[in-house]
Parts: sequence; structure tokens; C-alpha cells
Amino acid sequence: MKVERNEKALLQGLACSDKKAIEAIYRENYNMIHSLIINNNGSADDARDIFQEAMIVLYEKVRSGSFELNCMIKTYVYSVSRRLWLKRLQQMNYYSTVSDNLQETIPVEEELEENERINNEFQAMDRAINSLGEPCKSLLEAYYLDKRNMQQIAQSFGYTNADNAKNQKYKCLVRLKKIFFSHYKNGNGNG
Amino acid sequence: MDDIKMLDGVERYIRGEMSPDERLYFEQLRKTNSEVDQLVVEHTLFLQQMNRFGEWKKFKQALHETHTDLAEQGKINSSKLEGKSKVVYLWKKYRRVTAIAASIAGLTTLSILAVENSLTPRVKDPKVQELVHTVRVLQKNQKALDDKINFVDKKNSQPIISTPVRYNGTGFLIDGKGLMITNAHVVKNSRNIFVQNTKGEQFRAFVVKLDVPRDVAIIKIDDDSFKSVSSLPYGIRKTASEIAEPIFTLGFPRDEIVYGEGYLSAKTGYNGDTLSCQIAVAANPGNSGGPVFNHNGEVIGILSAKETETEGAVFAVQSKYIYQVLEELKSSSLYKNVKMPAKSSLSGMDKTQQVKKIQDFVFMVKGD
Repeated sequence: MKVERNEKALLQGLACSDKKAIEAIYRENYNMIHSLIINNNGSADDARDIFQEAMIVLYEKVRSGSFELNCMIKTYVYSVSRRLWLKRLQQMNYYSTVSDNLQETIPVEEELEENERINNEFQAMDRAINSLGEPCKSLLEAYYLDKRNMQQIAQSFGYTNADNAKNQKYKCLVRLKKIFFSHYKNGNGNG
Repeated sequence: MDDIKMLDGVERYIRGEMSPDERLYFEQLRKTNSEVDQLVVEHTLFLQQMNRFGEWKKFKQALHETHTDLAEQGKINSSKLEGKSKVVYLWKKYRRVTAIAASIAGLTTLSILAVENSLTPRVKDPKVQELVHTVRVLQKNQKALDDKINFVDKKNSQPIISTPVRYNGTGFLIDGKGLMITNAHVVKNSRNIFVQNTKGEQFRAFVVKLDVPRDVAIIKIDDDSFKSVSSLPYGIRKTASEIAEPIFTLGFPRDEIVYGEGYLSAKTGYNGDTLSCQIAVAANPGNSGGPVFNHNGEVIGILSAKETETEGAVFAVQSKYIYQVLEELKSSSLYKNVKMPAKSSLSGMDKTQQVKKIQDFVFMVKGD
């Protein structure tokens, strides 16, 4: 019971990006995934990428609210990582079965599909923002991602007043929306 | 500029930053203007997306930081590989490639070895033979030197005593009255010549004509016990024979008459000698001067020499030179009425019959 409560707490922490929760889950599970990848033709960098992707899957799942933990975090992370690595191997035309030490796994196909969709969207967003160039990129990031107010932004970017900064920010936003929605409508059929 | 104002309005509306009056006005506008309504929905979606994106990015950032922190504290496996673990990792990563490469290399090596082995000429045996040959040449030279020394010694010490040397060869009749053909080298050094037939009867003979360049000699039996023959079964061929024609020989390499069979292998003799021809037949000393017959029982040559270096290369003086020598004899001496048998009566008979009829006219020639 205690373990279960502990896990629940961790997941709640994860949902609000609590650093301590992230660290705890990381510390508990990383080495397991590390050896899984290393033992199956992967590098340490691969292990890091795969584990972090699995963490994101878990994070998204917890945030969606629909997540009912009916297995240990460990099992979930392992299942997702294993599946992700298999897929990576297939993409590299490396046909092999991942050998594992008969660890319990659960089906995670649906989560992975959802994760892939979200990933694609966010990567598109990332590309769109990056393609704006400066100062648009920093301006938008400061306002929408870091959630700073226009007064601070105007000061740090060197605008004479907040209104000017705001105007500039909107110009940038129009451009970003154009790029984003063109991708959202064309590139991502189900949008 | 209007667009931006509108966007500002929409954003403030969504964020709930409008005053109640303004909000009321804006909601009115949304209801009447579908474009504004659309813009609000769209922007809401966009802002949500931006929010999630921001969190996603932050989370990723947090993961990265956590990883770095934990790795530095040594609480998780570090990505920096050192020492043994690196070797193990590299081995694990490349063992398959290594195995494939190794087997390909192995196969290649083996096939190259096989090809090389099959293509390399077997140089071993000729070399060994060559060595044997060289040793023989040395032995020969040594022997020649010894002989010379002995000869010189003898010359110095005592006067030469001429010992009778026996020359053995073969000859055959070309005329019923006892004219015979043999090689010049068989009889040229002999003072007394005897011929012996297959029955063992011996007759005295003497040289009538010696043609050393052509290696042809004509001798005459001069013995009372010799009974002249009315006709000879074989003829002497006037023209050259063709290569591959089957031939046979009769001769006296030993006390018994010996039959040999072969074929004409070349129209010229040793080193392109046009006087003779090359035949392939077993021949031994004593066969010299013997007749070479073709399948019709015609004499096509006189067996004369054998190449010592090459096995199976025997040379015969072509039969047409018998005519030439005989013509010379006729023109300068009393043998003007000699008539050689031009036609063979043995044509169409089998070998046994031919030999049976011929053998009485083939003689062993002995000289001293």
C-alpha cells in the first residue's frame, strides 16, 4: 500500500513537472533502460534519448488525466522504452529481436501512437518558432512560454514602451500562426 | 494595423483581461461577426497548443537537467564510457560486423589460396629433372676428360695396337645378284664385311659404292655359296612418302631379325635435313641400314640414325637417294645393268605374309 501511495505521489509530482518527482523516477528507472539499450546494440546516448522519450510518454499520459496506474511505473517505463527501441532498430534496418531479461511488459501501442502525434506537432511548432528568427523567437518565447509580462519584456528587449513591444509581438504572432496553421491543416491531416 | 488590434482584442478576451463593458461589447461582436468568432476559436486552440508546447519543452529541459545532475552525482550510469565498459560496449555493438568481416576474410583467403594453388605451375619436377640432367652432363664431361687423359697416356706409353672392331648393321638386297644397300657408317671403317641371312648363312661381301654425305653404301655379296635370286618381293619407292603413313622396319639389333612398326612423323630429318625423314619406331644400334617399308611393301627409306636426346625420333634416308647413288654407280663402273625392283608384289597382303616374304632378303651386316 505504501509503495502504491508513493508511486501515486510521484506521478502527481510528474504531472506538474515537479523536479523532485522527475529526479526520483529518473533515478529509480534509468539504469534498467540503460542496460536494456546497451545490451541491444545501442549507445549511452541512445539510452538517454529512449528513456527521456518514455518519460515524456508517461508525462503526457499523467497530464491527460485519463491515466489510471494499474501497474508499476517501472513496468510502464520499461514497456514503453522497449517498444521505442524496437521501433528505432527497425528504422535503422536492424532486424533483431530485443533480448530482455524476461521483464514484465504491458501493451503500450496506443500511447505510443498518441505520443508520436504529439511529438510531431511539437516538433513542427519548434521548427516554426525557430524559422521566425530573432527577435521574434525570443519575444514570443518570453511572452507565451516563459509567461513574462509585456512590461518586463519591453525592458529586457530594449523597447521604449510595452505597447511597442506588444505590437511587435503581435506581428511575430501572426507570422507564427500562419506557419503553424498551414502545417496543422496540411501536414497533419486529422487537424 | 486593424488585424493586430483585433488579435490583441481576441487575446485579451481569451485571457480574461477585458473590462466587463469591453467584454460585453466583444461578445456581441462575436455573435454578429462570424469571422471574429472564428478567430477566437482559432486563437484559443493556438494558445492551448502554445501552452502545451511550452510545458513539453520545459519538461524536456527538466529531464535533461536531471540527467546531467544524476550522471554527475554518479547515481545513474554515465554516458561517458571508460575502460572496460567501453570495450564491452564496442564489442557488443560491432561483434556482428566483426564476425561477418572475419568470415568473409577467411573465405577470401581460402579461395585465393585455392586459386593460387591451382594456377601455380608445378615447378618442382622439372627442376629435379634438370638437376639430374646437369649431373649427367657433368658425368659425361668427366668421362670425356678421363678418356682423353687415358688416350694421351696410352699414346705416350706404348704404340697403338689396332684391335678389331666389330660393326653391326642391317642391309637388304636391291638386286637378285647380290647387290645390297646399307648405311655408309655401317661399313666405312670395315676391312672385311660379312653378311648373314635369317637362316644363319654367312657370305663375304665388299663395298661397291660409299656415299658418306648421304650415308648410303652399296655392297656386293661375293661368295660362291650365295645363290642368286630371280626377283625381289618388294620395290624401292621413287617418290617421297606422306606424313602419318604407317611403316614397318626389319633389322638385326641382335642376332635375330626384329620387326618394328611405326609411322612417318616428318618429311625431313634431324635439324631439317632434307635427305632423310623422321619416323617413329623403336630402333636400336644394329637397326642401321635396315629397310623401312610402307604398307604396300615398298622401301621408302634406310633406317640410319636415332636422336639420342629425344625418345622415339628415328631418321631414315629417303629411298629416292638409293636411286641417285645407284645412278652414280652405273655411270662410273661395270654395274651398268643393275635393275632395281620398282614395283612391290606385296601390296594388299597382311603384315605377317609381307614380313615372311621379305625377311629372306634382309641381312645382318658385320664388319671388322
